[in-house]
Amino acid sequence: MIELLAHLGKSTRASFSKLGRATFFLLQCLAGIGSVLPRPRLLLNQLYSVGVLSFLIISISGLFVGMVLGLQGFYILSDFGAEETLGVMVAASLVRELGPVVSALLFAGRAGSALTAEIGLMKATEQLSGMEMMAVDPIKRIISPRFLAGFLSMPLLTALFSVIGIIGGQIVGSGLLGVDEGGYWSQMQAKLDFHDDIINGVIKSVVFGFITSWIALFEGYDAVPTSEGISRATTRTVVNSAFSILGLDFILTALMFGDD
Amino acid sequence: MQHTSTQDTLVGLFVAAGIAGLFFLALKVSNLSSLTEKDSYTLIARFENSGGLKVKSPVSAAGVKIGQVSSISLDTKTYESVVKMSINSQYNAIPNDTTASVFTAGLLGEQYVSLEPGGSEEFLKNNEAIEITQSAIILEKAIGQFLFKSAEEKK
Amino acid sequence: MINRDPHPNTLISVSNLSFSRGNKKIFDDISLAFERGKITAIMGPSGTGKTTLLKIIGGQLFPEQGSVLVDGQNVHQLRRADLYTLRKRMGMLFQSGALLTDMNVFDNVAFPLREHTKLTESMIRTLVLMKLEAVGLRGAYNLMANELSGGMARRVALARAIVLDPMMIMYDEPFTGQDPISMGVLVHLIKALNKTLGLTSIVVSHDVHETAAIADYIYVISEGKVVGQGSPEEIRRSDSEWVQQFMTGAADGPVHFHYPAKDYVDDLLSSGKRY
Repeated sequence: MIELLAHLGKSTRASFSKLGRATFFLLQCLAGIGSVLPRPRLLLNQLYSVGVLSFLIISISGLFVGMVLGLQGFYILSDFGAEETLGVMVAASLVRELGPVVSALLFAGRAGSALTAEIGLMKATEQLSGMEMMAVDPIKRIISPRFLAGFLSMPLLTALFSVIGIIGGQIVGSGLLGVDEGGYWSQMQAKLDFHDDIINGVIKSVVFGFITSWIALFEGYDAVPTSEGISRATTRTVVNSAFSILGLDFILTALMFGDD
Repeated sequence: MQHTSTQDTLVGLFVAAGIAGLFFLALKVSNLSSLTEKDSYTLIARFENSGGLKVKSPVSAAGVKIGQVSSISLDTKTYESVVKMSINSQYNAIPNDTTASVFTAGLLGEQYVSLEPGGSEEFLKNNEAIEITQSAIILEKAIGQFLFKSAEEKK
Repeated sequence: MINRDPHPNTLISVSNLSFSRGNKKIFDDISLAFERGKITAIMGPSGTGKTTLLKIIGGQLFPEQGSVLVDGQNVHQLRRADLYTLRKRMGMLFQSGALLTDMNVFDNVAFPLREHTKLTESMIRTLVLMKLEAVGLRGAYNLMANELSGGMARRVALARAIVLDPMMIMYDEPFTGQDPISMGVLVHLIKALNKTLGLTSIVVSHDVHETAAIADYIYVISEGKVVGQGSPEEIRRSDSEWVQQFMTGAADGPVHFHYPAKDYVDDLLSSGKRY
């Protein structure tokens, strides 16, 4: 019993100290962003590996999610004779929820895990340490550009996901199931609000990009520098990102759409 | 640092596509393009009961959307619902004997304000009130009245 | 025997240093001095914290007690910016080479120049090719870091370590895991660079012969203490049993072949309870 308590105390303390390290890491990382801006080349390289390389998975998933929404929405709405509002349903679900959440989950799986593995490996092969000895701050040189790239890519990827999804829904809805194309778009435009829906969706994606990049980079930086440690850190990145994204999504949704 | 120029191009394409996506969402998917608050004017209508009307509910005339509800408040003296509507300024010729009614779109649809123009030659100006109004039909009330009536007829 | 008087010719002096990791004391009040322009070796069995010592000198780890003076500056009391300025004058060669894997050889060597100087690309090119020529790998400038053998990676890392013309260089186990030829190349390089560039070198190693061949002065460390010091000749003639065992590589001696255990016969005859 006492052993159990001692174990509990120890692991609680360990999680708090990890949270503390993570916070300190985030502050350093944010402070380092200032020194990235004069060197756009660093950011550009990372936008490529974080953003461009995630584009394919995001767009294909967006297309399929939109098509499924079109199909499901059509069957439900046709019961009420409201097929015309298919566009509203597809667009609202994508822009408000599925776009930010699903693209953030995909981003964590594709780019987040890659970032963790990359940083963890750099730590294991003494590249970070070596950089410090060359009087180059690895946070500024390695971490901050990646953080900034993740943070900037997320809203762009989310927008693409939603747009491709909406087009996918339209392909299924009016291409296959015969919903009026004009109605699909005009109902959508009438019902979706720029501020309530689009801006809130973008805010969500920015928050998710922030949290996912933070988790991925910190897990890599904090990884035990062995192959086992890195693989564990990569798993933790995906799991913790998923939890944080879904949890934060609930909180953000409650804050944004609560008083409607 | 070779082969970076294709990389640059791809990053450029990615960023451009992302921004285009955001614009698409703003202009094509949402109502940003129809947000014309600058060129609109306000009309006021007092209803005994505005029912389920909400801010941003549509205002239409002859089925055409011409504006939206901008605020709903309670007049504490008359206990009437004061509904302010912002009307697109291209529809600036609404006669002053227009009737404003709260209707429901379909059985389950949302409520909206319908304006039925009268025959007057004088038009309503900014912040003027529509005098003739018809309240929302409250379903429970209507059913109650119907039952009451049929019970009376049976006597 | 432990304290050598601070000599004007001393570039780095470590005094009364203590450091522990967990409950294990890695250094227990040791003092070392490194002379300018000389190759000083730190030897000892694996796990005695030789790499840790280099990280303490480089200011990456903080000691519990004692101080490290590099060129008159106390490494652990410097502000971050000053520490970074000092580090530009300290080269370090990691055991793995620590090359940046997403760059080729040329960019790796150019890395410190691009980070710290505003030299034009053509000047950087000249400097990098000169340093690569010095380690004999000018022809390999276009290879990626992961295409290099271990010995080549270390030579590239060496070129990178000297590209800013440091005053000193720290070698972490430079000979470990090398075939005889690359070992010979590295021995030659360390010696040659030390001579031509007037570097102060610290070599951490447990390869007795190679190290003894190039070092001007050797410290032998075991269990957190300095157990022997002197020129290679003095070390070889040392009357310490421990130093003798280390230098000759005998299997048993003061350092026992067996990990501490209970009595062998008792253990075999015991009930086999898991512990």
